Amino acid sequence: MTESAKTGKKARLMSKKLRKRLIRILLGAAAFFVAVLVEYVYPGLEGWILLPYLIAYGIIGGDVVKKAVVNITHGQIFDENFLMLVATIGAFFVGEYPEAAAVMLFYQVGEWFQSYAVNRSRKSIKELMDIRPDYANVLREGEEVVLDPEEVKAGERIRIKPGERIPLDGVIVKGSGSLDTMALTGESIPRDVECGDEIISGCINLNTVLEAEVTKEFSESTVNRILNLVENASSQKAVTEQFITRFARYYTPVVVILAAMLAVIPPIFMGNFSSWLYRALTFLVISCPCALVISIPLSFFGGLGGASKAGILIKGSNYLEILAQAETVVMDKTGTLTRGSFAVAEIQPADQGITQEELLRLTALAESHSNHPISLSIKEACKNPFPAEEIEATEERAGYGVITTWRNQQIYVGNEKLMQELKLTVSPLNKPGTVCHVARKKDRVIEYLGYLVVADELKEDALLCVQKLYQAGVKRIVMLTGDRAVTANAVAEEVGIKEVHANLLPADKVDMVEQLLQETSEKGKLIFVGDGINDTPVLARADIGIAMGGLGADAAIEAADVVIMNDQPSKIAVAMAISRKTLVIVKENIVFALGVKFLVLLLAALGMASMWAAVFADVGVAFLAILNAMRAMRYHA
Amino acid sequence: MRKTYILEDLDCAHCAALIEENVGKLEGVTQSRVTLLTQKLVVEVEEVKASGLLKEIKKIVKKFEPDVEVVEK
Repeated sequence: MTESAKTGKKARLMSKKLRKRLIRILLGAAAFFVAVLVEYVYPGLEGWILLPYLIAYGIIGGDVVKKAVVNITHGQIFDENFLMLVATIGAFFVGEYPEAAAVMLFYQVGEWFQSYAVNRSRKSIKELMDIRPDYANVLREGEEVVLDPEEVKAGERIRIKPGERIPLDGVIVKGSGSLDTMALTGESIPRDVECGDEIISGCINLNTVLEAEVTKEFSESTVNRILNLVENASSQKAVTEQFITRFARYYTPVVVILAAMLAVIPPIFMGNFSSWLYRALTFLVISCPCALVISIPLSFFGGLGGASKAGILIKGSNYLEILAQAETVVMDKTGTLTRGSFAVAEIQPADQGITQEELLRLTALAESHSNHPISLSIKEACKNPFPAEEIEATEERAGYGVITTWRNQQIYVGNEKLMQELKLTVSPLNKPGTVCHVARKKDRVIEYLGYLVVADELKEDALLCVQKLYQAGVKRIVMLTGDRAVTANAVAEEVGIKEVHANLLPADKVDMVEQLLQETSEKGKLIFVGDGINDTPVLARADIGIAMGGLGADAAIEAADVVIMNDQPSKIAVAMAISRKTLVIVKENIVFALGVKFLVLLLAALGMASMWAAVFADVGVAFLAILNAMRAMRYHA
Repeated sequence: MRKTYILEDLDCAHCAALIEENVGKLEGVTQSRVTLLTQKLVVEVEEVKASGLLKEIKKIVKKFEPDVEVVEK
């Protein structure tokens, strides 16, 4: 049912209004052609030739005339319809019949193309963000019911079939499979999920049946938040957009006044009234600022759409402008450059003939009953663990480590302090990450077995991210972290960040950012990138706050100006590239549209441009600018 | 309170600006914003004046863009 509804929507390439207008334009064009033919075949008609042209004009421009008249009664004088009416009637008046009808024809064709292009781009951006789920299969009293996602409550069970979109956020209770998160994250590799995993609305279930318990109602769900965010994004207007709106307000009256002066003043001194009138009428044709008014917001809108396709949500056009001027990038470490999850980075047995695997197995065994993130990562690293049932006793000693009794021996896993208690001397290790020493007491003999290093894993593209940011013209990259200096420096060195501030409390981060903001040049902007945990104040303080991993992190979506939906820090550089491309397009459009208009105005004043050129300057330029604006939507990494 | 309206088939930037301006002048309306690209009109209006708002908005829209349909969301 939903498929047909969808295709029905897509099949409607043109709205009814657009189709009606197209038909009228075609009819009018035919009438115009007939008029030209009549004039050619019967050259002696003289004044009577006005009639066929008037008929063509009526068909083509009837609605413009009507609108103009209606608007005048409302006191709208500088309305484009009225200006076109004056220009074309004036052309009839000076005897340029074909021109009068043709100008109206081209004006209408141009207007039609503008509407068409705006509709098309609006539609393609909507399709980019086509993540709204249409329905949910809810299991109620053992029966499967198809409901609107908005009617489903938290705690209910839903079934997601292969190929279906996940309607609500939830946790898998049955089944495992893989999800296509492309629409949300721009990531093409499917994500594997299994029982107990969180799933996020908007993703597509690829090939197995999944059952999930809904954790959030639709209004709170990820998909709804994202949709709201994207829809509201274009109402946060960029400075350039505001400038254009202001400019447009003055442009039309100024051009019209100039036209009036052109029609009256020169003929007083030079005569030749009808030639000057023609020039003035040409002015009127160019007096609409349409090209700018439409193409500038459209460019920004396209940039926002293109970014969301790449998995980057930008909350407003104004942020596109700021992103393009980024000079300083301040990055959090954990969760931004690193995964924020621990993994065993090094296994170093002492030379007592114990293998790496044995050391890992013993450590994992000793940590069996612990849920500390470090213990979990050690257990995860151990592929062949000893059965935990054989453990006789476990003693956790906060600040030291853990002692586990097993097969008549005691295994000590912990820090240097624990080793010192055992009278073992270990040389202090300056390793990034957490060092776990391992010792064994068997038959009253204590032996040191070696150590493991557990460290936060660097994200795959962390290095690439830093490189790309420097390439994109960022002058300074600073890493802030609450972590120890050793760990922080090691990460910074690996990814190529030269400036590091470690051991910071959340409040210190705000102070640091304040200071960095002052050190950033007047025009340059400061970006802060964090994972949205503990750094909300900094996200707000920076010129732009970028949050990593929008999936599931609600706080981040709220607090940040830009949200990167997957976990890749290199997307920051992509966001910058998109914003720069968008701004280049905006500039091109402003220069092009204004350039052509001023040129034609000048030529028209000198009597060197015809009304034809003016029509091109008006609608042709608008059309080209719209086409250019649509490029903002496409970004290729 | 905030009200959102869809302006179907709105595709003229100039008219969008006029609609925004004139809706903003309605009694009880504190803020009015038309986004051409999403075809949306978002209005902040005093609770008391909200009931007759749609009719007033329709009047304004008809004036500037007779072909545009106003749908309350």
